[in-house]
Amino acid sequence: MTTEPLTKRQRMAIGRQEMPARDAGERSGTFNEVNLGFTEQLALLEAQRCLACARPVCVEGCPVSVDIPSFVASIEAGDLAAAARALFGDNALPAVTGRVCPQEHQCEAVCVRGRKGAPVAIGHLERFVADWARGHPHDDVVTSEPSGRRVAIIGAGPGGLTAAGELARRGHDVTIYEALHLPGGVLSYGIPEFRLPNEIVDNEVDRLQALGVHIECNVVIGRTYTLDELRKSFDALFISVGAGLPMFLDIPGEGFKGVYTANEYLTRVNLMRAYAFPEADTPVLRGERVVVIGGGNVAIDAVRTARRLGARQAMIVYRRSRPEMPARVEEVHHAEQEGVTFEFQVNPVAIEGDADRWVTGLRVIATELGEPDESGRRAPRPIAGSERVIPCDAVVVAVGTRANPLLTSSSPDLALTNRGYLAADERGMTNLPGVFAGGDIVRGSATVILAMADGKRVADSIDSYLSGTPVELTAP
Amino acid sequence: MGHEVISNTSLSPTVHRLVVSAPRIAVVRQPGQFVIVRLGPGAERIPLTIVGSDAAAGTIELVIQAVGKSTADLVAVAAGSYIDDVAGPLGQPTDLITKGTAVCLAGGVGAAVMYPIARRLSEIGVELITVVGARSSASILFEDEFRSFGDLIVCTDDGSAGRAGFVTDALADLIAAQTVDVVYAAGPVPMMRAASAVTSPRDIRTIVSLNPIMVDGTGMCGGCRVTVAGAMRFACVDGPEFDAHSVDFDELADRLTTYGAAERIAVDHVCRSAGQPVTGRHGAG
Repeated sequence: MTTEPLTKRQRMAIGRQEMPARDAGERSGTFNEVNLGFTEQLALLEAQRCLACARPVCVEGCPVSVDIPSFVASIEAGDLAAAARALFGDNALPAVTGRVCPQEHQCEAVCVRGRKGAPVAIGHLERFVADWARGHPHDDVVTSEPSGRRVAIIGAGPGGLTAAGELARRGHDVTIYEALHLPGGVLSYGIPEFRLPNEIVDNEVDRLQALGVHIECNVVIGRTYTLDELRKSFDALFISVGAGLPMFLDIPGEGFKGVYTANEYLTRVNLMRAYAFPEADTPVLRGERVVVIGGGNVAIDAVRTARRLGARQAMIVYRRSRPEMPARVEEVHHAEQEGVTFEFQVNPVAIEGDADRWVTGLRVIATELGEPDESGRRAPRPIAGSERVIPCDAVVVAVGTRANPLLTSSSPDLALTNRGYLAADERGMTNLPGVFAGGDIVRGSATVILAMADGKRVADSIDSYLSGTPVELTAP
Repeated sequence: MGHEVISNTSLSPTVHRLVVSAPRIAVVRQPGQFVIVRLGPGAERIPLTIVGSDAAAGTIELVIQAVGKSTADLVAVAAGSYIDDVAGPLGQPTDLITKGTAVCLAGGVGAAVMYPIARRLSEIGVELITVVGARSSASILFEDEFRSFGDLIVCTDDGSAGRAGFVTDALADLIAAQTVDVVYAAGPVPMMRAASAVTSPRDIRTIVSLNPIMVDGTGMCGGCRVTVAGAMRFACVDGPEFDAHSVDFDELADRLTTYGAAERIAVDHVCRSAGQPVTGRHGAG
């Protein structure tokens, strides 16, 4: 370690450190985590690249406003305990976000180092500190006296887990209700082991339980209990159930055997451990040639999963071009290394099947890109006469999700948007007093970190609401 | 934690009745609803109709036919042991008529699905005729109970009890002889399809309880999609009961065969590793 602080010139001379990764050939056959994590040496070098800007724009780029310069400076100073304190103070699940956040669109997108060369690898550093902290448990304690107030959180995904931690630390008695048999939401059923090992999620859940958070699995709000029943037993509610109803393409053949939604495919493999069939009881079809429709992170997770399940051909079919893909750049890169192939600017028109209704191919039509649509991305238009069939024996539909009406339809008083999502004001409160909501059920399909940002923000609102602090009302 | 199995009794050679501790579900469940059961680590999530409940005792009744590895594991759970996960009640309750004449049509283990519906209809006080079919007299389920609810017609494939032949033949005779306002049907897909074909020409409202392959049971995975009146519906949240005359039974029957090969592997795996003889058919659970 240097005794003199580094000069800016010295810092600028250090190049971005590469994340050590498992060999592509080796990993495409296993579900072991791909990224191996920075060593202390790599983390130190990477931390030294930070210029400690007077106005740290990276913090503004972070949905949960992590004090990035502070934890990076602590890494550089060799004080990892301080780095962990700084990080956990702002982010309840840094071991998760360090792995799954789209940093290239957030903190790293605005990093000053990125103007000339590569930005500081903030995500890799975050993961480094969080992983260190798992081996060096810090005191995560309830900082307030018990408030005597009870909060129910519906859904143990990233938003619900984040809110639970924030509220428990402030002395509130928190119960999370989860519909599935394990907590974690998309972190458990959706994001594969090779990107986010289950033990990371287990560890976060253990920490919450140590804070006194109760987690009740197998409870389906809207069925096991109604929202109104919860309102009678709790002082405030946070609805963080996710969007969770898979969308289909509405093309012929979606009922054929071998057609999965990404939710089903990933749930079978991740939550139900179908990769271990028949040791685990839940099966999944292992296609020789698997086509995944979509360009987001879920599509990439599915196609890399297919490759690991033994698919000779694992292909992404995306209707726009490569730059429009919403997936994390690193995952696309990893997928390519693992032998995943890509067909851009083709739109599925039908799934083809044989006489026994098993999938035999995906009929697609080529597209050209027109003017930007309402999402700002160029809208694909089909090119007449360009139809062809991509042979395959499994199709995974990964084109997004929409609001699941299971909870909302059982609570007719709850105000919805015209797309079926929950309407919430700036504080995250719905039209029902004391009933708050956040994450995908408010935003539509988004990201883990945005759900966490909502969890954090709404926890503040709930804390204010419970302590009777007046808050400014805005129209939903 | 977990759910204690209070009792496990054999109803027929492959069918068991389990009484399971599930206090909250016992209070709120309604006819037509189901639970998702997962025995323990590594086990499948299996949808099972809630056959009955005792709110005071905090228990629900499940009837399970051992058709594959997972169902064989469940029927083998001894009283006093635990099932890790029981989630529910799931699905929409049955749309029950409050006056008129109802026929409850049950084939095989479909009797377990029909039992709570018939029971509630008899409590409501509608005219009730139950038609129960089985391979032979040994595999008829809930015969005494159905008889206590109203009229009962028993059909067996081999003629060892009641009339020989299919329940749908008995149904055809019934609707030819008297007015029927609604038919509730549960059983193998070919039976439900045949029942639908029998009632369709007379436009008798017919409700079938579908049993597609399911994973989460909350609308999240889409595996249980069925086509009803040309539209995609999810049996777990929109059903499991639908208007029979609008159901695409061919698609349902076909999708149920998806894991046939996998089920044979699972059963072989068990036989090899534990030496347990299990007779398996398909993996619908």
